[in-house]
Amino acid sequence: MPSRSFDAVVVGAGIVGAACAEELARCGLSVAICESAIVGGGATAAGMGHLTVMDDSEEQFALTRYSQLLWRNLSNELPPDAEFLPCGTVWIAADAEEMAEVHRKYEFYAARGVCAEVLDSRQLVEAEPNLRAGLAGGLLVAGDSVCYPPCVAHYLIAKAVQHGALLFQPARVTEIIVSGVRLTDGSLIESKIVVLATGAAARELIPDLPIRPRQGHLLITDRYPALVRHQLIELGYLKSAHAVDSDSVAFNIQPRATGQLLIGSSRQFASDDIGVEPSMLTQMLQRAAEYIPRLPQLSAIRAWTGHRAATPDKLPLIGPCVNRPNVYLATGHEGLGISTSLATARLLADQILDRKPEIPIKPYLPQRSFVHYA
Amino acid sequence: MPEVFVNGAQLCVPDEVTVAAAVALAGETAFRHSVTGEPRGPLCGMGICFECRVTIDGVPHARSCQTLVQSGMDIRTT
Repeated sequence: MPSRSFDAVVVGAGIVGAACAEELARCGLSVAICESAIVGGGATAAGMGHLTVMDDSEEQFALTRYSQLLWRNLSNELPPDAEFLPCGTVWIAADAEEMAEVHRKYEFYAARGVCAEVLDSRQLVEAEPNLRAGLAGGLLVAGDSVCYPPCVAHYLIAKAVQHGALLFQPARVTEIIVSGVRLTDGSLIESKIVVLATGAAARELIPDLPIRPRQGHLLITDRYPALVRHQLIELGYLKSAHAVDSDSVAFNIQPRATGQLLIGSSRQFASDDIGVEPSMLTQMLQRAAEYIPRLPQLSAIRAWTGHRAATPDKLPLIGPCVNRPNVYLATGHEGLGISTSLATARLLADQILDRKPEIPIKPYLPQRSFVHYA
Repeated sequence: MPEVFVNGAQLCVPDEVTVAAAVALAGETAFRHSVTGEPRGPLCGMGICFECRVTIDGVPHARSCQTLVQSGMDIRTT
């Protein structure tokens, strides 16, 4: 029987947990991974899989930018089923007000070394002929990509195992204690450090975390190759996604490597019900059809929901848990868990291994104050 | 009798037949090809199996067994 005593046990084998396990195992720690269901089967499978540089705040930019550079390196070794597609993002401006936002966004990226290109109305039509006529323009960010996250999680777990990590599955952790974690069957996995990476479910083990599940709907279509060429996001997204406390929909569509189209998005602080809400789905698709008039003619394959782990300040929790010195958190990524997973793993390992981080870590530390968001 | 085009070939078909019938009357056996390149055609005939999909007037993935012909339709197997 293998040893049940480790340097670190990672709870949750979504993409964040998988990335943390891989990083820690590669750096020489003995690592156990506990997954209650299947690798990459939670929010990792439910999300869109965009690898996007964001500019909501300097802190969010720093994390997404750092992570994108890590993704660029990883993409060279990913297997085909990871469906890494460097399609770029076009942020779409419907009117003059949103076009002003395009220019602001362009300046923000340009000042920080991110390549972006302002598209006028005509250039937008050339880039995306199936968008409705009369849109004001857009911002093309060519360095963004999409991927199929569950397969990336599998790949990272396999790499962790190659570096000596041990995957316990199915293994549901019921309790975190000072000496490790306890499983459903009462058995103990001993570990100096526990990394909690269970997304919105993290509060099942540590109830007072500042995390709320924020539900989203997605729908995938049949194969319509080249109907959409880039990831498209409406700039109205900024208005709706930022309204933290209300339900909202925003147009977001991705071309997938299969030729399918992945359509989002919705945000709501929902009940525990994970079923599709027809009214929310309808609202989301109507929004998407306002941008792509052909959309109602397409065949859908499946619609589903997932839970983002939302924090009050829209930044993740990466680092030691307050009052639980043996627990490190890697959760609270809201809609950016795929984008920021690799950077999260680095920054977490930097703290565990006492390395110097490549970007300032302070904004993501769980000990930061949330009082002014209350 | 409506006139339709199946892969560009003009064809007269009886009123109110399905596109699936029109494709069959045109002598086509493969309505489409699967992702792995295998030929596919109508199986259930009632809109459940999605095997009979063709492109109608430029719209891909239309279920031929659930669509009635209309004069001038451009039907393409894929």
